[in-house]
Amino acid sequence: MINKIWASFIILGIIYSILTNNVELISTEIIKGAETTLNMITKIFPVMALWLGIMKIAEESNLLKKISKLLSPIMKKIFPEIPENHESISLITTNVVANLFGLGNASTPIGLKTMKSLQELNKNKKEASHSMITFLVLNTTGLTIIPTTILSLNMNAKNPTEIILPCFLASFSATIGGLIIDRILQRKDKKCKTYQI
Amino acid sequence: MQNISNLILPLIVLIIIFYGVKKKVNVYDTFTEGAKESFDMTLKLFPTMLGMILGVNIFVKSGVLNFILNLLTPLLKIIQIPKEIIPLAILRPISGGSGIALLQTIIETYGPENIISKMSSVIQGSTDTTLYIITLYFGSIGIKKTKYALKAGLLADLIGIISAIIITKIMFN
Repeated sequence: MINKIWASFIILGIIYSILTNNVELISTEIIKGAETTLNMITKIFPVMALWLGIMKIAEESNLLKKISKLLSPIMKKIFPEIPENHESISLITTNVVANLFGLGNASTPIGLKTMKSLQELNKNKKEASHSMITFLVLNTTGLTIIPTTILSLNMNAKNPTEIILPCFLASFSATIGGLIIDRILQRKDKKCKTYQI
Repeated sequence: MQNISNLILPLIVLIIIFYGVKKKVNVYDTFTEGAKESFDMTLKLFPTMLGMILGVNIFVKSGVLNFILNLLTPLLKIIQIPKEIIPLAILRPISGGSGIALLQTIIETYGPENIISKMSSVIQGSTDTTLYIITLYFGSIGIKKTKYALKAGLLADLIGIISAIIITKIMFN
């Protein structure tokens, strides 16, 4: 899908600029894109380095593990279909904590491992289970305390950190709303199944 | 409200360093070791961002985007949403890279203090790349029937984007 979107951006843009006699602008824009990217990367890179440094300390001191443990009772409530003491719950909490602290690179491998472990519990291996979808909703709403990339792009603002709280509140509402929607759709899905039987 | 926002980062840093010292971690060495990981991540990020900025730049600067958005203006005026944020709201769940590239273009065009930049930043922060996560996660274990996953994910995105617009209006107006 992204291949099609990317291609249509470029094709539509160039054709439109030819039709509106604006093609020199696009010609410089193509080259300038490279410079813009470098500028952007030089903004993101230091903030990311800083944050990964801080988070390494949280990892080494087992602070992240401790937070995961605190969250695990909540996760058990969110995932009622996972049996007691199954490894999925601890994988899910580790993934959520990694997302929460902006460790996107670390959270993806854990997320894939979680899916594998949820697949073991899944009765129909070709079809998504309820727990899997709930887990995906938790991931796609991307609840983060410190949005490092957005912060770095706002570095020239008068007060760059003022963006932290609104970002958190917005993704928190998305998470809560997403979980509620997930429950409603889950219930509908269960009803359909009973009719089939 | 803004005071709380400014407190979050220092407070988290304080807690992490304090806890690290308490647990006898070599905090400074660990910090530099962690920071080193960013080299690799930045290198991987560069080609993705280069491609996305190329695409988004051509799309925005050629005027196609404005042409499409102008068709929507009457509707957006009624619900009082700036038209500039619409492309970001649509692209955010589809591609993380294009979301960041658009946000960068918006901040560069309007300046970081503009309400449109603030709103776009919060929209970008309100949710993650739903389509990518669903494809990657389900693909990795060979699930073909994703049932209501996409619906749930996209509806959650919609809630995130609407909340982002409301929250920005309350906090930055």
